[in-house]
Amino acid sequence: MSWFEKLMPSRIRTESAGKRTVPEGLWTKCTSCEAVLFRTEVERNLDVCPKCGFHNRMSGRRRLETFLDSEEREEIGADIEPEDVLKFKDSKKYKDRLAQAQKATGEKDALVVMKGRLKGRPLVAAAFDFRFMGGSMGSVVGERFVRAVDCCLEERIPLVCFSASGGARMQEALFSLMQMAKTSAALARLREEGIPYISVMTDPTMGGVSASLAMLGDLNLAEPKALIGFAGPRVIEQTVRETLPEGFQRSEFLLEHGAIDMIVDRREMRARLANLLSLLTHGAPPQPDPEPRPGSEEAGGESAGEDDGQNG
Amino acid sequence: MSLDYLDFEQPIAELEAKIEELRNVGNDSNLNLSDEIERLVSKNEALTRQIFSNLKPWQISQLARHPLRPYTQDYIERIFTDFEELHGDRHFADDAAIIGGIGRLQGRPVMVIGQQKGRNTKEKVRRNFGMPRPEGYRKALRLMEMAERFKLPVLTFIDTPGAYPGIDAEERNQSEAIARNLLVMARLKTPIVCTVIGEGGSGGALAIGVGDRIMMLQYSTYSVISPEGCASILWKSAEKAAEAAEAMGITSTRLKELGLIDRIIEEPLGSAYRDVDAMAARIQAALVESLAELDPLSREELLEKRYQRLMSFGNFKA
Repeated sequence: MSWFEKLMPSRIRTESAGKRTVPEGLWTKCTSCEAVLFRTEVERNLDVCPKCGFHNRMSGRRRLETFLDSEEREEIGADIEPEDVLKFKDSKKYKDRLAQAQKATGEKDALVVMKGRLKGRPLVAAAFDFRFMGGSMGSVVGERFVRAVDCCLEERIPLVCFSASGGARMQEALFSLMQMAKTSAALARLREEGIPYISVMTDPTMGGVSASLAMLGDLNLAEPKALIGFAGPRVIEQTVRETLPEGFQRSEFLLEHGAIDMIVDRREMRARLANLLSLLTHGAPPQPDPEPRPGSEEAGGESAGEDDGQNG
Repeated sequence: MSLDYLDFEQPIAELEAKIEELRNVGNDSNLNLSDEIERLVSKNEALTRQIFSNLKPWQISQLARHPLRPYTQDYIERIFTDFEELHGDRHFADDAAIIGGIGRLQGRPVMVIGQQKGRNTKEKVRRNFGMPRPEGYRKALRLMEMAERFKLPVLTFIDTPGAYPGIDAEERNQSEAIARNLLVMARLKTPIVCTVIGEGGSGGALAIGVGDRIMMLQYSTYSVISPEGCASILWKSAEKAAEAAEAMGITSTRLKELGLIDRIIEEPLGSAYRDVDAMAARIQAALVESLAELDPLSREELLEKRYQRLMSFGNFKA
């Protein structure tokens, strides 16, 4: 209520709440270019700003739902739930942190895995949920990832993983660290069997996740301007006591230093991955999506003009 | 008060100083102080035993980083013969924070790889405080793959605060260097025995820590993040490090209980630096025993056991 309204006697004051014509959340502001955007338009554009191409973070489930074909999806490892065997307590109990994250996200833990199809081709896709305790990797994330790999081994189908994680989950202490070894060992078997694994690093992919499953793709891809690295920028700054160069640890920096194969715009993700996988598996070239999908060019989303052709 | 002793070691250090003083007096004069010295020596032993029987995780984490603690090279000299150090990752540089080479363990050729800390300031800088850069991990990888070709068991010594968090390390892809080692070690066709001798600092430790037997010296630690790091993130204060050490369960006894390590190698009274020769002999015996357990396994059995072991890590409700 403004100071002017407060001055007015209640008789002549009109309640504005009931008269609001624009519902909450219809508009949103891009955190990068600050353009005021129609929320549904951003959602239709896969949470990428239609004006500047900024890639907003995406939940794990939404990631898989927008990436996979809409038919024949089957979740893997949904029955696995975290367990606090260490009874870990910092300023808060781990048990309470888990309950809070579960309530806020509707997920049991930070990784969602689904068997499904990409343009008709079967595959397994996994996606981290950064909202769930910073996408941190504990026992459940490790186990679900291994089950994803096991499914790929059994059915001889490719694996795609979208990572978004701060690293290992401190509340599970050394068990978390061991998930790095566990997931990497599973990937070693996938590699022995000649089954493709594509790792897509999204903002942010750091620490123990970056130093295990995320960097072990046959192909390592990244979304534009994602923060990717081992040590966090603050830790590095404290260690070397100098300011970090512009764009340090961003996707473009990694591409330049030879760490990743390519940067892929989210709106082209389906098409590009379908093409890459068909090439690696000697399949026929994939067809364009028959019906409009959110974010695809057929759906009227703007193309990725802002990335200076770095995608290729 | 000596800077070489931790605060809880001070009573021991003081008593030792007194013993030393009496010995000097005894040597300089004709007084016979041997009874008195003997009394103090046994008192000191009892005191040390008492202090060390009840150490908190935070105290153990200080012991693991004790300024006098033996490092990888101290053990290599005492455990192996005919040791030849091998240098370089063949791509960029030779990282002094990781040393490796071939030598003999009671006559048997083996590959030895370990993180190395420096003793004095100059050496500390040269060894980068035991924090390897990607080229260190890539050197380790090269040596491990060589060990596989020549059928040499790989013996690693873990002692690092963590992988180096620096600009150059990131530019050369620290993450990939660590990840690659995890991938290769999981399937390396030769026995791997890993021993945490001091600080087992997170991914930087794990990158030479995947194997068939994981051993820890009694007062070493192994954790996902340093107690200080954990405290500053979760408690928002590095001063809560003692609490963080407690909560994370970073000690050998706790990790053995949790089934994350196979064996604890007991340290001499007052910890490893008090008797490096005795410590080295115990490590040597444990290495020989571990290899004897692994030798009868076929390559397939070895790899399958290692794999199943890795898959068993984790706690969840299903």
